[in-house]
Amino acid sequence: MTRSGDQVRPAEREPTPAAPLEPDSARSSTSASSYHSQPILKAPVWKRTIAIYFFVGGLAGASAAYAFAALLRGEREAARRATWTALISAAISAPLLIADLGRPSRFLNMLRVFKVLSPMSVGTWILSGFGASIGVAALCDLFGVLPRVRLLAQAGAAALGLPLATYTAALLADTAVPVWHEGRRELPFVFAGGAAASAGGAALILGSDHDGLARRVALGGAAIELIADQLYERRLDPVVAEALSVPAVHRLHLGARLSSTAGTALLLLTGRERRAQIVAGGSLLLAGALLTRLAVFEAGRVSALDPQATVAPQRARVDARSREIAGV
Amino acid sequence: MRSRLPMLANALPTGAGDGAPPARVGFFTDTTLCIGCKACEVACKEWNDVPADGYVWSGKSYDNTGELSANSWRHVAFIEQDRPLRVTTSASTPSMLGSAPAMVGIALPMMRDLPVRAARSEPAPFEIGTGPDGDGVAMRWLMSSDVCKHCTDAACLDVCPTGALVRTELGTVVVQNDVCNGCGYCVSACPFGVIGRREIEGDPGHGLAQKCTLCYDRSKDGLEPACAKACPTASIQFGELDELRVRAADRLGVVQAAGYDGAQLYGASPDDGVGGFGAFFLLLDRPEVYGLPPDPVATTRHLPSIWGAAAAAAGVLGGLVALAALGRRS
Repeated sequence: MTRSGDQVRPAEREPTPAAPLEPDSARSSTSASSYHSQPILKAPVWKRTIAIYFFVGGLAGASAAYAFAALLRGEREAARRATWTALISAAISAPLLIADLGRPSRFLNMLRVFKVLSPMSVGTWILSGFGASIGVAALCDLFGVLPRVRLLAQAGAAALGLPLATYTAALLADTAVPVWHEGRRELPFVFAGGAAASAGGAALILGSDHDGLARRVALGGAAIELIADQLYERRLDPVVAEALSVPAVHRLHLGARLSSTAGTALLLLTGRERRAQIVAGGSLLLAGALLTRLAVFEAGRVSALDPQATVAPQRARVDARSREIAGV
Repeated sequence: MRSRLPMLANALPTGAGDGAPPARVGFFTDTTLCIGCKACEVACKEWNDVPADGYVWSGKSYDNTGELSANSWRHVAFIEQDRPLRVTTSASTPSMLGSAPAMVGIALPMMRDLPVRAARSEPAPFEIGTGPDGDGVAMRWLMSSDVCKHCTDAACLDVCPTGALVRTELGTVVVQNDVCNGCGYCVSACPFGVIGRREIEGDPGHGLAQKCTLCYDRSKDGLEPACAKACPTASIQFGELDELRVRAADRLGVVQAAGYDGAQLYGASPDDGVGGFGAFFLLLDRPEVYGLPPDPVATTRHLPSIWGAAAAAAGVLGGLVALAALGRRS
């Protein structure tokens, strides 16, 4: 059957008219690679509040790291603003997470075990420790007491803030959802870059850039985010990467990249006196980081529901192994 | 039980003091014997008090259940194919499995405890020799009762952040309803799309994870699960896993010798990506035809690289802030 491809393609590509009683797999023979075109995996049950948490948690974690750096440099005002940014973000995070549970009243069940096997378990402990540390730091700052305790708390919050910004990528990667699992090497860097861009952007908006620290964190973070995001998409199996191309996801992803790029350009081109442009640049970086999380999150739903994204890479592995055994 | 990573809740419990721990039990689902009666689905719902999940006319052959879910712990798949049931060349033995009763006859030696019920049944995948137009195109109708695989390396259990999912002394994987907080992580971790979150009636968005328990309340007392009990053709066989694997290998040989060229065991090998299934299958075509992933891997197998990347990224984030802080004051 080697007819000219150009001649048969239109007919073959034409979607079969709706024939509910005879779906693909019922009509075709051995080549059928799905069961009535049904998904193999379950769609994630998580709502968008989780994607928003990924953003807010990243902002909290990186802001705490930024606050500690600013404190060490003697920028007390910048450190204070970033500490409160981190505290407020952490305070928003908890309800975002709890609201998504199937039984919110049982949230504390998370704390009955600590499992390295479960990024959600590890993350719960990180967020709890982070919240306590940044809370202590903010209280000391508020009342102007216990400077050593505050320094210790700031250091603790900074140390926990780093994994707080990246464990969420591990949480997504540690699933069967192809577009998440196959991105396990790149997604943490996308999230880390986005977190730094958010923290730097927020500090810039709050006017905490007396000596360029916020600007450097923001620009460095955006660069890491954009580069890691490119790597993420390019290294995916083409069938798996299709989840990023469906219009709903693509719009978010494109918006994220445009936002981050525009924010970066604006900050690079703007002098430090141009307040309005700096606020705009910082806001664009924040928007870019949020949209990136939303794009990755939504891609997961699409990917889970696409049987080919599950089957194609696995079938390729199986076939490669059979060829190996056959000695071809 | 291989030891790969620190396992806090994934370890098989040791014996309760007196004697050796009980043997691991499971299912061998021999789809060549399935007649698509769905008695397994009904028996499961009855015994486990699993709620109804709607009356939908799917139009997908005889499958109106659709998929395994929080409310469907057994699911019979129906696949219609334009091809003969088996290859009948002169080399093969056409008479050997030529009829449904012959198929049962071959199965009988394996069903020591079920000969009477099995002999009364009318099993085997359906085959007609010619197409509807008499054009000589054969078709076949495959049926398979799917179920939770009770993986040796169970991703759902691994990722559960509350310890609600546990491994029983029988090697099966069950949800503790009073511990689960409905986080939904297991739903996305399962490489088979088995476990689901049962929504609380009138409260959408809320619920608890639910799946097959291998009828823990029965199996712990030595009774076979409801689905296996109800199966009229012994397509669903319950027993000690080691014994089932031997039985399945024998059965595969018989079926292959009879010309079923696509016949294959699915999930019988402990070397696969989930360490072998506690509930495995004899299929007549590729797994994906039945809606099963051809090479499932427990996502937690990649946890070292996942945590490695997350730690490296956290390091990069810290490095970036440190580097920025070391920079000159502009």
